[in-house]
Amino acid sequence: MAIAEPPRMAPKLVGTSIKRKEDPRLITGNGQYLDDIKLPGMAHVAILRSPHAHARIHHIDTSAARALPGVIDVITGADLVDAVNPLPCAFPAGGVENHIPPHRVLAVDRVRYVGDGVAAVVAEDPYIAHDALELITVDYEPLPAVVDQEKAMADGAPHLHDEAPHNICMHWTAGDRAATDAALKSAEVVVRQHLHNQRLIPNPMETRGAIARYDPGTGEMTIWMTSQCPHVHKILLAAFVLGIPEHKVRCIAPEVGGGFGSKIFVYPDMAICAVLAKRVGRPVKFVETRRENYTATTHGRDHIQDVELAATRDGTITALRVRSIANLGAYASTGAPGVVSTLFGRMVSGCYKIPHIFNEAYGVYTNTSMVDAYRGAGRPEATYLIERMVDLLAAELQMDPAEVRRKNFIPPEDFPYEPSGLGLVPYDTGEYAGALDLALQKVGYADLRRQQQQARAQGRLIGVGLSSYVEICGLAPSDWVQKEGWGGPLYESAHVRVLATGKVVATTGTSPHGQGHETTFAQIVADQFGVGIDDVEILHGDTAQGPFGLGTYGSRSLAVGGSALVQASAKLREKIKAIGAHLLEVAVEDVEFENGVVAVKGAPGRQKTFAEIAMAAWLGSSLPPGMEGLLEATAVFDPPDCTFPFGTHVCVVEIDRETGQPTILRYVAVDDVGHVINPMVVDGQLHGGIAQGIGQALYEAAVYDDNGQLLSGSMADYAVPKATDLPVFELDRTVTPTPVNPLGSKGAGEAGTIAAAPAVVNAVMDALAPLGIKHIDMPLTAQRIWAAISG
Amino acid sequence: MKVSLTINGVERTHDVEPRLLLVNYIRDVVGLTGTHIGCDTSQCGACTVIMNGLAVKSCTILAMQADGAEILTIEGLARNGKLHPLQEGFWEKHGLQCGFCTPGMILAAYGLLERHPRPSEEEIRHGIEGNLCRCTGYQNIVAAIQWAAERMETGEEARFGRLVTSSH
Repeated sequence: MAIAEPPRMAPKLVGTSIKRKEDPRLITGNGQYLDDIKLPGMAHVAILRSPHAHARIHHIDTSAARALPGVIDVITGADLVDAVNPLPCAFPAGGVENHIPPHRVLAVDRVRYVGDGVAAVVAEDPYIAHDALELITVDYEPLPAVVDQEKAMADGAPHLHDEAPHNICMHWTAGDRAATDAALKSAEVVVRQHLHNQRLIPNPMETRGAIARYDPGTGEMTIWMTSQCPHVHKILLAAFVLGIPEHKVRCIAPEVGGGFGSKIFVYPDMAICAVLAKRVGRPVKFVETRRENYTATTHGRDHIQDVELAATRDGTITALRVRSIANLGAYASTGAPGVVSTLFGRMVSGCYKIPHIFNEAYGVYTNTSMVDAYRGAGRPEATYLIERMVDLLAAELQMDPAEVRRKNFIPPEDFPYEPSGLGLVPYDTGEYAGALDLALQKVGYADLRRQQQQARAQGRLIGVGLSSYVEICGLAPSDWVQKEGWGGPLYESAHVRVLATGKVVATTGTSPHGQGHETTFAQIVADQFGVGIDDVEILHGDTAQGPFGLGTYGSRSLAVGGSALVQASAKLREKIKAIGAHLLEVAVEDVEFENGVVAVKGAPGRQKTFAEIAMAAWLGSSLPPGMEGLLEATAVFDPPDCTFPFGTHVCVVEIDRETGQPTILRYVAVDDVGHVINPMVVDGQLHGGIAQGIGQALYEAAVYDDNGQLLSGSMADYAVPKATDLPVFELDRTVTPTPVNPLGSKGAGEAGTIAAAPAVVNAVMDALAPLGIKHIDMPLTAQRIWAAISG
Repeated sequence: MKVSLTINGVERTHDVEPRLLLVNYIRDVVGLTGTHIGCDTSQCGACTVIMNGLAVKSCTILAMQADGAEILTIEGLARNGKLHPLQEGFWEKHGLQCGFCTPGMILAAYGLLERHPRPSEEEIRHGIEGNLCRCTGYQNIVAAIQWAAERMETGEEARFGRLVTSSH
């Protein structure tokens, strides 16, 4: 594992809680989200969606819709068969056969989930466009539907795609089956559990949408989109879907109102808008309603798992066997199979040294909305699995769950560490016991256990739950992810430009959706040149602005994108020193560049400021012989390994015996994300992440009936946590830098979500232990807990 | 149908369809896009504005029902280039990430502080439970509202607070 050089300037801004540069516009109503964009002559698109989970389309009559005043055009799937290719899946599971059926942007003869698009209307305003949808009549022949992934695999199940026998997209395995079977057979103790990691709806507060504008003069298609990765969308739309030359497509992500994974993927509406903009000769805008977002935008999780964990009587884990069936929904979304194989499949052993592991995973099509990455993406499914099993083992052996964890942690000296036979790149660094100890100390673990005993004696149901996690972040390197099935690179790009007046404009290839990159990245760049935070502007989200970039997912923006900014800046630092030395008439070896000045070593006062050098580079007349003018540099950072943040969360709950209502009394989180650029921002990421993990543990579930109707189909029915549903989060951190990037940072976007659900569920199960209850599937609503208590 | 109302101190008169929602009127007719739409069932509160001194979800009101009303949106909260203490509080305490819920959240908090100038943490959480945020976990939003409440009770910012209140 190559080790990148550390940043060379003493940090001044890095490591401090600078207030965000984004906020002034966002707190005054001046942020410009997609739906806030108004182009001259813009028309509005609405999409008719299937009310059936599975049906044949015999006929679509659009005549009444076309006749409605204000309607400009109506298209159906048949209109697009020749013009638009199916949407690609960019991340099939690596090393196995994937059955990927075509996913048309509007269904042609068959719909496969409630929400599948069948027609699109362009009208003068959105109200008219939605009126017109009511006037389209579709002759459907309903077909039997299947929503459960296990049932979908069974003989005789309704069949979605000719290309996918038994509705199976892929069957993927890792590890040594025979050795694991043998270890389980000869084990002193085995705990087994059937787990459902339920389906969730990501719920960014801004729904998705797209605006397309076609310029017949230049032939350029510009698409504004609610996107976490406009460069990726550009190449997929240009090269695979629309067949427009890549240099004639420009994608722009304006202010993006959250995404949590759901805005990574290529969606039908992006292509529909592009086609319609050209067809009607006007810019067109599509924005989802929330109900549409609930069916037409991807969901997350939905794994059914059978797990066996073997150990010796002293609590040493000896083997882990997993069979997981992932529901992918009706089509393979952009990243769906690879999330199951790489991000779930290779991470199932968590923080523990387990000699024998075997994991097999299926991805299965059902008549439901597509499932793809949602905050954590595979790692929550892996972490919940192993952390529940470790608690079940501790209960079986009547050992303290903290001790079972400590006993099995991968020790610090074993890093870099490759989990047995899982085929993963090595875990970079870890001090798992340190984070556990700090969490236990912070929560007052020994006292808590004593108080719990007293409370139990009084008949109260109090539980303490632990979750020790490790996750894979900083997703890269390109050669590894391509072996894993990902169809592109995973480096990140940066372009840094020093202007004539000493101001800096830096373009990143990643594209934030609320994390504050304009601030944290400016902190990094400003420190590289010794300038102030307000002297640096970070640009992002426009494919016309800078080099190709990959985007924000897998907690990779800082570790990979931030590092690219360091590298581009480092190139300029060398040039700045050379220009400074030239102006000072000394050799470059005799100067140093610190605190915004190039100074002659040992000669106080003999110096040139950063601004003076920037001006010289712009003037171009006083440069070292042969040197080009201007200060601009591009870097592409492709790290040698991923990063592996870790930590321990502790949750304390009390259950109301009469109602089953769980109340979180304490929530302590100790996370190790390596070096922290802006502690305030990182804590904010952890807060929000934990909130989503608690949401999964206690409140949220996407629920279908047997006919494939989404019962939790609106915000009135799906329980996004409110302010009254969440506790105060008590945070702390340990710092174990990574050697795989120059910042030493690992990434923090998903840690909270990954850690929280098992911590909360383990706490509830600990509370219920005196009643002999071992497991309840999430979400642990009062009703489910009450039902378990009532037996 | 004709609707006349005052938004951020400016009188507006338009002919609108009877079915036009106030939020669409504010965004699409008047062009103030700081008021956001996050759902279609009045759950999320992203569209919260102050109408006649009360925080309301502008997606639950027809534009016509607001005839004659005085409305404050996020664009009207800062005065003379000075941020309202709630805006400062959200900035200071990292009370926002993606910012989409923020205008509605700030105005819901504004309505809360009108009724309860020094709310407890519990009162704040109850006061904003009609507004959803998916990014922050609410902890820093609560801190931001507490920060603002303290400043609105004392000194220069107290006068600012009353000034805003008295305009309705």
